[in-house]
Amino acid sequence: MTSQSRLAWLMNDVAGKRLLAVILAVIIVLPMLNLLVPEDSFFHVSSYTIGLLGKYLCYALLALAVDLIWGYCGILSLGHGAFFALGGYAMGMYLMRQIGDRGVYGNPLLPDFMVFLNWPELPWYWYGFDNIYFAMLMVALAPALLAFVFGWLAFRSRVTGVYLSIITQAMTYALMLAFFRNDMGFGGNNGLTDFKDILGFSLQEDATKVALFVCSGVAVILGYLLCRYVVSSKLGRVLVSIRDAESRTRFIGYRVEHYKLFVFVLSAVLAGIAGALYVPQVGIINPGEFSPINSIEIIIWVAVGGRGFLYGAIIGAILVNYGKTFFTGAFPEIWLFMLGGLFVVSTLFLPQGVVGVVQQWKDKRAEQKALAKGNAGEAMS
Amino acid sequence: MMKQYWGVLLVLLNIMCVAPVWAQNADESTGFESLIGELTTSSFKKKAKAVEAIAALDDERVLPVMEAMLAGDLYYQKSDEKIVFKADGESGYLITDVLTGTELGEVGKREVKKIATNNRLRKQLRTQIAGYKLLSKKPEIRLAAADDLIKTPSPEFLQVLQTAIDREKEPAVLKALKVARAVILLDSDNEVDRLQAVKDMDGFANKYTMAMLTQLVRQNEDGSYVEPSALVREEANSVLNGLQAMATWYKFVEDVFFGLSLGSVLLLAAVGLAITFGVMGVINMAHGEMIMLGAYTTYVIQLLMPNHIDASLLVAVPAAFVVSGLMGIIIERTVIRHLYGRPLETLLATFGISLILQQLVRSVFSPLNRSVITPDWMSGSLEVNGFLSLTYNRLYIIVFALMVLFGLMLLLKKSFFGLQMRAVTQNRTMASSMGIRTGWVDAMTFGLGSGIAGIAGVALSQLTNVGPNLGQSYIIDSFLVVVFGGVGNLWGTFVAAMSLGLANKFVEPVAGAVLAKILILVFIILFIQRRPRGLFALKGRFVEG
Amino acid sequence: MKLMTKHIPQHILYVDGVTKSFDGFKALNDLSFVVKPGELRAIIGPNGAGKTTMMDVITGKLKPDVGDVFFRDTVDLTKHDEADIANMGIGRKFQKPTVIESLTVFENLELALTGNRGVFKALFHKLNAEQTARIDEVIELVGLAEKRSWLGGNLSHGQKQWLEIGMLLNQEPDLLLVDEPAAGMTDHETEMTAKLLKGIAGERSVVVVEHDMEFIKALQCPVTVLHEGHVLAEGTLEQVQTNEQVIEVYLGR
Repeated sequence: MTSQSRLAWLMNDVAGKRLLAVILAVIIVLPMLNLLVPEDSFFHVSSYTIGLLGKYLCYALLALAVDLIWGYCGILSLGHGAFFALGGYAMGMYLMRQIGDRGVYGNPLLPDFMVFLNWPELPWYWYGFDNIYFAMLMVALAPALLAFVFGWLAFRSRVTGVYLSIITQAMTYALMLAFFRNDMGFGGNNGLTDFKDILGFSLQEDATKVALFVCSGVAVILGYLLCRYVVSSKLGRVLVSIRDAESRTRFIGYRVEHYKLFVFVLSAVLAGIAGALYVPQVGIINPGEFSPINSIEIIIWVAVGGRGFLYGAIIGAILVNYGKTFFTGAFPEIWLFMLGGLFVVSTLFLPQGVVGVVQQWKDKRAEQKALAKGNAGEAMS
Repeated sequence: MMKQYWGVLLVLLNIMCVAPVWAQNADESTGFESLIGELTTSSFKKKAKAVEAIAALDDERVLPVMEAMLAGDLYYQKSDEKIVFKADGESGYLITDVLTGTELGEVGKREVKKIATNNRLRKQLRTQIAGYKLLSKKPEIRLAAADDLIKTPSPEFLQVLQTAIDREKEPAVLKALKVARAVILLDSDNEVDRLQAVKDMDGFANKYTMAMLTQLVRQNEDGSYVEPSALVREEANSVLNGLQAMATWYKFVEDVFFGLSLGSVLLLAAVGLAITFGVMGVINMAHGEMIMLGAYTTYVIQLLMPNHIDASLLVAVPAAFVVSGLMGIIIERTVIRHLYGRPLETLLATFGISLILQQLVRSVFSPLNRSVITPDWMSGSLEVNGFLSLTYNRLYIIVFALMVLFGLMLLLKKSFFGLQMRAVTQNRTMASSMGIRTGWVDAMTFGLGSGIAGIAGVALSQLTNVGPNLGQSYIIDSFLVVVFGGVGNLWGTFVAAMSLGLANKFVEPVAGAVLAKILILVFIILFIQRRPRGLFALKGRFVEG
Repeated sequence: MKLMTKHIPQHILYVDGVTKSFDGFKALNDLSFVVKPGELRAIIGPNGAGKTTMMDVITGKLKPDVGDVFFRDTVDLTKHDEADIANMGIGRKFQKPTVIESLTVFENLELALTGNRGVFKALFHKLNAEQTARIDEVIELVGLAEKRSWLGGNLSHGQKQWLEIGMLLNQEPDLLLVDEPAAGMTDHETEMTAKLLKGIAGERSVVVVEHDMEFIKALQCPVTVLHEGHVLAEGTLEQVQTNEQVIEVYLGR
């Protein structure tokens, strides 16, 4: 606290800095290995790997968003997938409009599914999505709006703890049902897919894929810095105090609902951005993204990584998803057992996650060292 | 025309005169046996005579024979001219002796010959079958016959109906018979007859008669009315209005019934949760999987006793209770007890367990839905009247849900275990110091809640597909019901489940099924935000914090 | 708010005819009492007398069924919520010490420091030298100078009580509601606490709820006895102790 330097919030965070450096290195080196090294070389990195890692990075940003509210403010949202999906849909709508008359039905204005369902014209809420800036605005605004309205209602009425968790889950469930409907105008069951290009670059091109991968990495880094700044500010300490003793915070005079609302909306926007980066990389967005299980899976990434450590969330997201890719490929039967087991084991034995265990171990070692030093000092005298 | 009427009259006379006479010689069954032999003749005239004579007998074998003959399923064996019922076998025919009812096994198609009928004979058969039924001693058969005639009106039944009406004493059957007559008379040229017909239809709940009346008051394309008489039209309109009001009322009753059955499903799914979440405060996300286990238990029980499907559900109820209950106890002892006081962690851990259980079922059984058989006593429906029929499976679900609820209430309020349970949940330390084994009570309570979920699974197996995802679709609903009703309050759970069921049913026609569900979800979300402690909140300072 | 502080009110707290019931049980039953500016007042009463409910009503956690609660003669407290009331200048210390366990002593005090409570102010907040000095001063005052960077959760029970009192001071309230400050303290600490509260009174009004008679004696202040949500007696400790009704409630039956 004595070092009141302007960048103290970043400089004090050794582990975080290391992680950011690794991500930075990855998004610089891997694209080169993909684009510049010939395919038959040992050092070549396939586009498949790039796509996979890009996906993980989006998940990492999403995990960051969840850790911000859960780790620091105690809000366990079981509906964060909804914000992710909304961001994804906003991006998907832009990509749909980019298809233009190259769809199966060749309609220059209407996406294929609308032609198929005999829609006479583009619904009003699709206007503007042919413009990338508008779409980017919506990527942030749509989740923010939902989070604001939902949060305003929930926090003002002091819905907390598991009650809040359950209604966030109900929220994403309701949205899933809504998006499954054809007459919502978001492609119903099939969602939005068959994208062609983004900003005029074909999504099939390796270079586009690499660019999206790099963007995702940059987004994670910026998202991390933002979250880090927030949690290191006085606002962050108010959040922690809300998490630990909500009514105490109120009696000190803080408007708990305003703080919760702020961080909830911020987190929703981060999730929306993650979704928007995710969609062009996987090439599809459908109502399945709203399903409650998706949202709850995010929680396990954070729990495994280490709730309340921002870098833990990133590590957890990548670790668990790597595990998922590996096991669903090698032993598909086992994956759900593993995932279920992870939930149980991490809550029972790793309340602080992987990062927490490492931290504890380090603390212990430092203590022992100090002790040894002390003993040595005594012996000397 | 005239000839036919004479024929019918003759038959009726026969019935009226011969039947009582015959009844005096009850042991003389040779009449049937010899008469039926005459059916093998190739002369339609002789056959008609034989049929007439058969119809006059009071023998329970008469009706099946006539019906089989009408359907073209009455045959005789070429070898010994034995009359048989025929059913399709694998390659030939499966035949049954008409006289004794003994199955004679499968025979080649060439070995038997059909007792042929012509149009005239079939008409005669229909009339005689109707007459036979209408004059049956059993009122339910008479009622069913009248209902059949309402659906297939034909002037040839007029006489027999009139006879039946004159003899009828049961008011309900009499009304039906009159309507059956009215349906025929509606085509009469006589205005008085038509007016009487319309009047007879008043207050009789039936969709066919309503459609007929609607047709009657309609205008033709040239502007003239289908019914020329204004008097009859006026009467028809007034009767129609009455019927429409009735139909609306019964539709409402049916909707309420549907809503209540939907609510009962919710109640069954939620009532176990009302114990584990409501009373113990444990967030059990694997609750849905306890329901699923119950449903699969039903499936396994049916596999084990394929010949006793009717009884299988009765066995499945306790079995499911034990299976899910034991699973609940195992979960409580190994995981949940380490997480008391940490609701969010409990939520996550039990969610993990739910994933494991789902995958377990997927690995053991299959990812596909399993089919659970509905026993006979649960299929079909209770026809209250022409506007209202209640399906038995929904009826039983309502009864079953209420039984479970009240049984549970009784257990909590009256039993020693219930007392211990309440003691532990209200003041753990005090209960412990009074010698109650709190750990044991926790495990048993959790087992009870889980076991009830298992029972719910048995009931749900009769309504929905039994698959690994069965539980998932109920978990959110169950939580909302418990929270909506007010945590720790079984009455609240009951009221919440029923009102949600009703709301769902009544919003559905207006908004569509999916939108109705969404609207109700949104309503509950808003409701919880206004009253976080539910409909029937426990008030007091102890609730705070 | 500034304007109001210049005007010296007649009563800092004015409670009149307050009733609050839970499912028919009247936790507060026609409760009336007043606190004057700068006054130190002790409130005693057996368990279930309604002390905590009274605090809840004053601080906005509960709304009374009937009755008035006024702060500084004019502000109707029943129309405001906890955060509003805290910012108006009523500080509350809970019966069970609640400090933010995963923040340091310094950070706990920083949060409580009076000032703008807005979200965006907090996001870009920087402590200035004056504020740091103020926090350090309070740390000295409550005797936690050596524990400055300890986590709140690692303090002993008594230290938590002190930290919470420190936080209360940092809020610079006009009225302090202190619930059983001496619980779990050693004799020495109890003595110190009494001295501290006496020091605060005068400048601010202090209402202390306490069971410990020694502590009340040390406060040397007027005492209000609560029983079944109602004021049973008021006066000096000696007067109250000789009151027959009080004796009956505490000893009799």
